[in-house]
Amino acid sequence: IYEVKDNVAVVRINDPTSKVNTLSRHMQAEMVEVMNEIWGNAAVKSVVLISRKPGCFIAGADINMIQACKTAEEVTSLSQEGQKIFDQVEKSPIPIVAAINGSCLGGGLEFAIACQYRIATKSKKTILGTPEVMLGLLPGAGGTQRLPKMVGLPAAFDMMLTGKNIRPDKAKKMGLVHQLVDPLGPGLKSPEERTIEYLEEVAVDFAKGLAGKKVTVEKKKGLVQKIQDFVMGLPPVRKQIYKTVHSKVMKQSKGLYPAPLKIIECIQTGIEKGNAAGYLTESQNFGKLAMTSESRALIGLYHGQVTCKKNHFGKPERDVKKLAVLGAGLMGAGIAQVTIDKGVATILKDTTEEGLARGHQQVYKGLNDKTKKKSLTTFERDGIMSLLSGQLDYRDFENADMVIEAVFEDLSIKHKVVKEVEAVIPPHCIFATNTSALPIKDIAAASKRPEKVIGMHYFSPVDKMQLLEIITTNKTSKDTTASAVAVGLKQGKVIIVVGDGPGFYTTRCLAPMLAEAVRALQEGVGPKKLDSLTTGFGFPVGAATLADEVGIDVAAHVAEDLGKAFGTRFGGGNVEVLKMMVQKGFKGRKSGKGCYVYGAKSKEKKVNSGAEDILKSFKLTAPPAVSADEDIQYRLVSRFVNEAVLCLQEGILPDPVQGDIGAVFGLGFPPCLGGPFRFVDSHGADKLVQKMKRFEEAYGNQFTPCQLLLDHAKDSSKRFHK
Amino acid sequence: MSLSLIRTVLLTAFSFCSAARSLSTSVHLQAQGNVSGVMLTCEKWKMPIPFSQYNSKSKKTLAKPGVKNIVLVDGVRTPFLQSGTTYADLMPHDLARAALQGLLNRTGLPKDAVDYIVYGTVIQEVKTSNVAREAALGAGFSDKTPAHTVTMACISSNQAMTTAVGLIAAGQCDAVVAGGVEFMSDVPIRHSRKMRKTMLSLNKAKTLGARLSLLGSIRLAHLSPELPAVAEFSTAETMGHSADRLAAAFGVSRLEQDEFALRSHTLAKKAQDGGMLSDVISFKVPGRDIVSKDNGIRPATMEQLAKLKPAFIKPHGTVTAANSSFLTDGASAVLIMSEEKALAMGYKPKAYLRDFVYVSQDPKDQLLLGPTYATPKVLEKSGLTLNDIDVFEFHEAFAGQIMANLKAMESDWFAQTYMGRKTKVGAPPMEKFNTWGGSLSLGHPFAATGCRLVTTVAHRLQKEGGQYGLVAACAAGGQGHAMVIEAYPQ
Repeated sequence: IYEVKDNVAVVRINDPTSKVNTLSRHMQAEMVEVMNEIWGNAAVKSVVLISRKPGCFIAGADINMIQACKTAEEVTSLSQEGQKIFDQVEKSPIPIVAAINGSCLGGGLEFAIACQYRIATKSKKTILGTPEVMLGLLPGAGGTQRLPKMVGLPAAFDMMLTGKNIRPDKAKKMGLVHQLVDPLGPGLKSPEERTIEYLEEVAVDFAKGLAGKKVTVEKKKGLVQKIQDFVMGLPPVRKQIYKTVHSKVMKQSKGLYPAPLKIIECIQTGIEKGNAAGYLTESQNFGKLAMTSESRALIGLYHGQVTCKKNHFGKPERDVKKLAVLGAGLMGAGIAQVTIDKGVATILKDTTEEGLARGHQQVYKGLNDKTKKKSLTTFERDGIMSLLSGQLDYRDFENADMVIEAVFEDLSIKHKVVKEVEAVIPPHCIFATNTSALPIKDIAAASKRPEKVIGMHYFSPVDKMQLLEIITTNKTSKDTTASAVAVGLKQGKVIIVVGDGPGFYTTRCLAPMLAEAVRALQEGVGPKKLDSLTTGFGFPVGAATLADEVGIDVAAHVAEDLGKAFGTRFGGGNVEVLKMMVQKGFKGRKSGKGCYVYGAKSKEKKVNSGAEDILKSFKLTAPPAVSADEDIQYRLVSRFVNEAVLCLQEGILPDPVQGDIGAVFGLGFPPCLGGPFRFVDSHGADKLVQKMKRFEEAYGNQFTPCQLLLDHAKDSSKRFHK
Repeated sequence: MSLSLIRTVLLTAFSFCSAARSLSTSVHLQAQGNVSGVMLTCEKWKMPIPFSQYNSKSKKTLAKPGVKNIVLVDGVRTPFLQSGTTYADLMPHDLARAALQGLLNRTGLPKDAVDYIVYGTVIQEVKTSNVAREAALGAGFSDKTPAHTVTMACISSNQAMTTAVGLIAAGQCDAVVAGGVEFMSDVPIRHSRKMRKTMLSLNKAKTLGARLSLLGSIRLAHLSPELPAVAEFSTAETMGHSADRLAAAFGVSRLEQDEFALRSHTLAKKAQDGGMLSDVISFKVPGRDIVSKDNGIRPATMEQLAKLKPAFIKPHGTVTAANSSFLTDGASAVLIMSEEKALAMGYKPKAYLRDFVYVSQDPKDQLLLGPTYATPKVLEKSGLTLNDIDVFEFHEAFAGQIMANLKAMESDWFAQTYMGRKTKVGAPPMEKFNTWGGSLSLGHPFAATGCRLVTTVAHRLQKEGGQYGLVAACAAGGQGHAMVIEAYPQ
């Protein structure tokens, strides 16, 4: 398991059962055994710890190991075992060099920072970070104690509270790693293999240097660092920092996420009360967090995301090598951007030169912004842009493997486009339609080859939103689906595949919630109040703001379409409110006015008085029995959730996992609740049904629970997630 | 260009100087007594073997029916000097002029017999952007002889020569002078883009108020200048950094690099002392002495080389100032003719210029692998094998780069995986390789090196009695070149 080179023990980590190395019980036990053997070997003067896997040092602790625990105490003792091992590593009598290539996350980073020296490759795959907070946990193996000492209090808070990935050059600047090694190109072996070897060679040299005291661990501190250290040494300053960070966390999380608060507590205890207290608090808080519903919800989302990043439809017969996008609007240009930046040649076609120029500029800006952040060089940007062909005609469509149309949401226009495109594309070419509500089968009705027609519903802004909802009709072939999923995965999307119907899954869940939001507005709940109620429930964006972002015109369109399709169940707020707003030009953010006024300068959003006037003219009386704040929250959420469950009941949704992923990643359903299905499980279907019955009395069938929800309410052993 | 890059370049330039200085003192010490270190190392790299041992060739000659024979009549170069030394006060066209005049003197060529002049340069002096024309006029060529400048990084004068070959082959010219110049003692340092913009607007400003407001917009930061860097524009990586990574990729050790650098210096010294470098002309530098020798040749000991710190990748890199080519001033020129014309004018040509290729590959990870790609390609084109070649002259950008190329050429895996070839081409035998020194020791004025390589091949073929020679070089931008040269029957 380890090899001794020139008095340096090289330990090569490689979990043969997995693509990544995780700190499982097995790996920990093995590590302890190896380290004890090394410490007992007098010939060994220093150690290099390296992974044999090309893209991964250690990706973190084994999540399943944590999930398998039944009690907080069990998890706490897991944490304490980890703390103990890393404590031994930290106190090692001989220097240990962590040689990092690929992901070094969570427990992996905690391991690395317990070592005496760290060398990382500058590979694009090398990232360091503490993502535990995103799983509702905290770094439970000494991370909350060691990081502040290593990188300083502000940087440690930033790392642990955001969970963000840190690139190698930044890590060097922060003092998280000591040396960087350049990734190598082709040589006598593959670049990946040789880079790891090279990293090992360099690490062995440093290990020898450390053992021979030729290399020192301590870095000379700059003036800024000295000043910062001095300032941080002052208790009142630290107190102020804890306070500021705490209030910032409260503001952002609305207190709905326990992990960030526990992280602050651990750091504070460690610094103010010493190591022993700090480590104890860390392990106890880790145990407590692992038992929270929030953590379970977030871990559920993590697993769901992994599932939705796989192609369950097999390998498509042909790879899409050339994609054509119709319509250079916000969506079309966004789709083009995420396609070309993965190296796929893309045609972006519009009908007017102005439209095309705008779309082209959007793509350019999207990429250029990345060069400013240095995640892309200007040459890479230019190379990517060269894959984009902006045009007004159907030139070269005969070579397209897939066409995604993103033209105006109007069935007759879509029909026209289908016919035009089918006249020029080759027989194997897939026709995908990016619509948010029109049933795909209605669009496919104009097609000569409906088996090649599929829905690909992207979310705006395409380059930021992770979700892609793929919609299949009963005529869509399996290969068409496989191909659409493959393209989506290539574009970096998290994908749910749902059945066809008005609004599919996501739009269909959102529509009733928005209808309820309009009703609340008509009942006199102001946009700001409505926003604070929704964000207070955990939605990242308030309902009124969301409507502005989506576009009031789009909302009106969808509300009307789906209202026709589903009848009074989709009622609530008056569609005329939205239509009137559109008439007045209040189309949301894009037109500068919606529920709010969007000025260039002022940070504070102002409510649009024009919209308020409209709401007044459609005023409804709020029934006092169902108008408390919490009632309004549950009115909004229960309609969303009920519709989601109905989608599962009707077979639009294949499973609850994709339902949760779609709702969270596409619509911003509160991540701490884990999605509508996990919410039903954790909240209790029976309690939800009780609330809905109360709302039903006041408002009617919009709140009638669907059969599947009733079944779950009746039998508490029925759960959507095991 | 970032400030840190500039700093790297400057530091490197300085470290070259300081390394050179410390090495020069040691040479003195060595000359007085202990030479054994040098001798020992020389044994590792065998000296040229006598010509009687050369094997029979795949082809008797590379002449093709219906294709014009193009010959190298002669080639000269100014001494190659470390930048900032005796040439420091010149301008690039002055050096080029010296090489052109030297060629005229050497060949006794009537000035109006030249149909065309092609000259290479890399770092352009903006005042003489067509340096070929300025130098030709100054060297006394007929003002009726057109001249143009080419640039292709370190293979610029190769490009000049092959352009000449093309002009002759196409029947457009009979006698063409080609060459290249590089002058690193002075490089264009520009105002920042913002400053330039302000200055250009200033020209157009009509009123005093407009001018004052423009002047007022100048900030301290606008005054920081832009320096040129020996860095890839596409990747922003300096060449030394890339060479270090390349050496690491092929597992070339620091020791191997230092040994090769020492070999280069040792062989160059021997060639210089033995009077082999006959292409070097004497040059009376205005206001200074006559220069007649390259001044960068400094054989040291392995211990001295081992002491140097890495210049680019710190602290664990392997490329140092001593195992890299240094910043050099110099110019070269060759006379290329159709065989008929040369013979008609009474010349005895030195060599035939035969097949040549240009190659290009990934400018990031394979920046300096040009020779590996170009060698098998040009051999194939000529119908020769590596064994047919008697004389190899490869451009030595870095010792690590040469060693990496040799390893790549020896690797079936590399040939199959990256070059789409069935087998390796094989590495040139060291006893035929750069036996009169190379760019590491003689110096490397970017655009002048190509002509030096070709002339050296011609001279070595004559001296050693071989028939075929091969020139290969890498260049910035991930490009490369190779040419087969055939000795002119003596």
